[in-house]
Amino acid sequence: MRYLPLTPADRAEMLGIIGAATIDDLFADVPAAARKADLFDLPLHAGELEVERELSALAAMNRPAGAGPFFCGAGAYRHHVPATVDHVIQRSEFLTSYTPYQPEIAQGTLQVLFEFQTQVAALTGLEVANASMYDGSTACAEAVMMAQRVTRRKKAVVSGGLHPHYAATTQTIAHAEGMDITRLPAAIDAEAAVIEAIDAETACVVVQTPNVFGVVTDVTKIAEAAHAAGALLIVVTTETVSFGLLKSPGEMGADIAVAEGQSIGNGLNFGGPYIGLFACREKLVRQMPGRLCGETVDAQGRRGFVLTLSTREQHIRREKATSNICTNSGLCALAFTIHLSLLGERGLRELAELNHSKARELRDALAKVAGVEILTPRFFNEFAIRLKGDAAATVEALLADGIVAGVPFFRLAPEAGMDDVLLVAATETTTTKDIAAFADALARRTGQ
Amino acid sequence: MTMLNVGRPTRPEAVLETSRQSLTGARGLLQDEALIFEMGGWDKTGVDLAPAQHDASDLGDLVRTAPIGLPGLSEPEAMRHYVRLSQKNHAIDLALYPLGSCTMKHNPRLNEKMARLAGFGDLHPLSPQSTVQGALALIDRLAHWLKTLTGMPAVAMSPKAGAHGELCGLLTIKAAHEANGQGHRRTVLVPTSAHGTNPATAAFVGYSVVEIAQTDDGRVDIADLAAKLSPDVAAIMVTNPNTCGLFERDVIEIGRLTHEAGAYFYCDGANFNAIVGRVRPGDLGVDAMHINLHKTFSTPHGGGGPGAGPVVLSAALAPFAPAPWVVSDGEGFKLVEDAEGEAAQAFGRMSAFHGQMGMFVRAYAYMLSHGADGLRQVAEDAVLNANYIKAKLSVVMTPAFPDGPCMHEALFDDAWLEGTDVTTLDFAKAMIDEGFHPMTMYFPLVVHGAMLIEPTETESKQELDRFCHALVLLAQAAKAGDVDRFKGAPYLAPLRRLDETLAARKPRLTWKPELAGVSPAPIAAE
Repeated sequence: MRYLPLTPADRAEMLGIIGAATIDDLFADVPAAARKADLFDLPLHAGELEVERELSALAAMNRPAGAGPFFCGAGAYRHHVPATVDHVIQRSEFLTSYTPYQPEIAQGTLQVLFEFQTQVAALTGLEVANASMYDGSTACAEAVMMAQRVTRRKKAVVSGGLHPHYAATTQTIAHAEGMDITRLPAAIDAEAAVIEAIDAETACVVVQTPNVFGVVTDVTKIAEAAHAAGALLIVVTTETVSFGLLKSPGEMGADIAVAEGQSIGNGLNFGGPYIGLFACREKLVRQMPGRLCGETVDAQGRRGFVLTLSTREQHIRREKATSNICTNSGLCALAFTIHLSLLGERGLRELAELNHSKARELRDALAKVAGVEILTPRFFNEFAIRLKGDAAATVEALLADGIVAGVPFFRLAPEAGMDDVLLVAATETTTTKDIAAFADALARRTGQ
Repeated sequence: MTMLNVGRPTRPEAVLETSRQSLTGARGLLQDEALIFEMGGWDKTGVDLAPAQHDASDLGDLVRTAPIGLPGLSEPEAMRHYVRLSQKNHAIDLALYPLGSCTMKHNPRLNEKMARLAGFGDLHPLSPQSTVQGALALIDRLAHWLKTLTGMPAVAMSPKAGAHGELCGLLTIKAAHEANGQGHRRTVLVPTSAHGTNPATAAFVGYSVVEIAQTDDGRVDIADLAAKLSPDVAAIMVTNPNTCGLFERDVIEIGRLTHEAGAYFYCDGANFNAIVGRVRPGDLGVDAMHINLHKTFSTPHGGGGPGAGPVVLSAALAPFAPAPWVVSDGEGFKLVEDAEGEAAQAFGRMSAFHGQMGMFVRAYAYMLSHGADGLRQVAEDAVLNANYIKAKLSVVMTPAFPDGPCMHEALFDDAWLEGTDVTTLDFAKAMIDEGFHPMTMYFPLVVHGAMLIEPTETESKQELDRFCHALVLLAQAAKAGDVDRFKGAPYLAPLRRLDETLAARKPRLTWKPELAGVSPAPIAAE
């Protein structure tokens, strides 16, 4: 048992110092009926080689995104992460530290969080950001509940362009806290219907851009309508790289912006861990959920950073806290900040342009395939196409050609009746050869 | 043979020497590190990208025109910046990190290596299910281990952290009550010693929170519980072992009374590491319990997260678990993502995808490494180490509950500091100068000036001796009136005591260019 340092002699000596005869004496408070004497029906301990063998075998049963042409997006995106990022986040001092409760010996983590907050605020065009949340979907639910606290209203209008899993998460979590969620039906150009649904009871409007069909929308008019009714505008973004090319939520009138930050610095990880970005207007900061890092000085006047405004948080306020969240995605935030520091203003812009360019190249190739209809008018790096027939069946068929063609919309929202719609994404990892292979295979499968 | 392993005592004169300041703010090789916004170039990048082929013309006025305000660093600059920052952090790989209730144990690098296999790390959550059978198998196997270790028939894997697991557990309970015509139950009982997340979660779900008193020996007051159980109670939330580091001796009675009243028994599983392999929560009458994989099964805490909080469920609650989940038909695995279709009773969805897969791989690697025998040893060594610390430190400090053994953590109060003018905070900060991360302070709230010490099972006797020796010396210094050592501490950390009041009164949450006298240049027209 290579992780356990005590020797039998240590244990005996320690029991003697404690004054206990056996280890069982230390479990004396456990009712006898609940004490399990035998080992559980599970395998015994294994050496590093055996564990590596078993997990490698499981990993080998999967087809990684990098194994061939790959076009899935829909809330998780395959990007290239510089080697520096993974090296730094594996440094012991970042990897194996805890929540920075003792700021004097946690300035590394705290300064990173301060840099992260500043980067997120800049990207979203808002004044303040928190030190990250679990992921984009839970951040969305938290934003809706925050709007309830700010406006003291109960109704949330949710666009049909919002990722259906985000909508379901919000419906589950925010509804439990008493929000009345008006979820509009899924539609390619869903944002047009949002304004009509706003009324005097509306606490917030939730729109996504680019939306789940990839549609890029100027939400300025929705912001105006929401503000006229006394409601807040929450703008959701699942592809953070898009901030490099598109107008920011803040610029378009958002009061709260939430996003999935996985695209920057973080791998696909089969859905998690991811990193929720959360930013808002400065006047709303005391209703924000999650951790905040703030600048201050030490006893000698030197600049330093601490966790702050904790009177919003559960460990101080208990049942009156703004949220029950007590962790963040610290290590994912570190990865995000390192990658974004490497990119900088210029790199992010170039990366975004490259993504957009690849997606346009994909669009042009697929548009030439007979029977394929491009549904998304303006997009960033992802768009929806309509196929003749079932999209899931097409995806399965193209697997035989070594191509993962995208995400059938049916998989996200079976109730939407859009079984022939496929979401396809391209990033900087997509090659011209990948695109040609996809278009060829699709033409062979659906063209006749 | 006795090894010299107590370290050199800190000399007071050495402290005085270090009060001299350097010209740059750096301290020897410990650099005074600027923010990226003060060092980066607005036109610099550390990433070489292929040029884009298509222009962005059809996005029209949706294209960003204003500068974002992001500095860039070359790769060597970024490397140096973040490595320098890392040197200002304490970490479990440096020394004992005895934060009670937080469980800071060794993080095996094998787990990191496994999580980074392309077959796990580079796997898209919405890839066709036929291409992710190994990932689904891993989730299924991990679920089997969790169910076996807890004696519970079902588990919801998707919660992303402990508090998210609590939320999942209470939503499951709420759904079950509503399905059983008990939707009128509006109260959740929570002991005074509970983690703040417990009452916060209950309130979040719309329940009113009623506190249960604690007995003089640090347990749930059964008489108070019985008095407060009523047809209005939906659930009780109990942490076991509790936050005083004690096992709730009457846990079976707590479960029985709770069930008799028609309520469910939620267990906060944050301290499962104390009993894993020896006690099954299912045998204690628990209906739902989250398991902090990062604590019990050692996934790295990463400066505050990410965690993972699967929730095990009793047969009564299993039908209400949220989507998604994995099923096996003997030939392969299927991920059920649509709660509406296959299980109409599921209450919904906790997050966008399937949970913290990266954490699942790490936790499963940890479980395989230990096996059934090793996990039992984990609990025994965690408890042994905590009781050893309690015994060794009771010579100078006052244990909050001196009678009987503690579980995986030892709780002291500040009675022993009375008359010294040294507070729990002062004592904690002085520990930093001795090379140790302080214990958890002032929690649980039920103990005055609480100091909660959790060593975990991955500490050697030598390290525990080194730690106890340092604390005994410090305690003796406090009692001898050496108040300066404590009031100004830490002297030897990268920074001295930080002004948290100022940070809260005048929040500065982002770097503002105007404060530094520079501004980002507009994006150059090309």
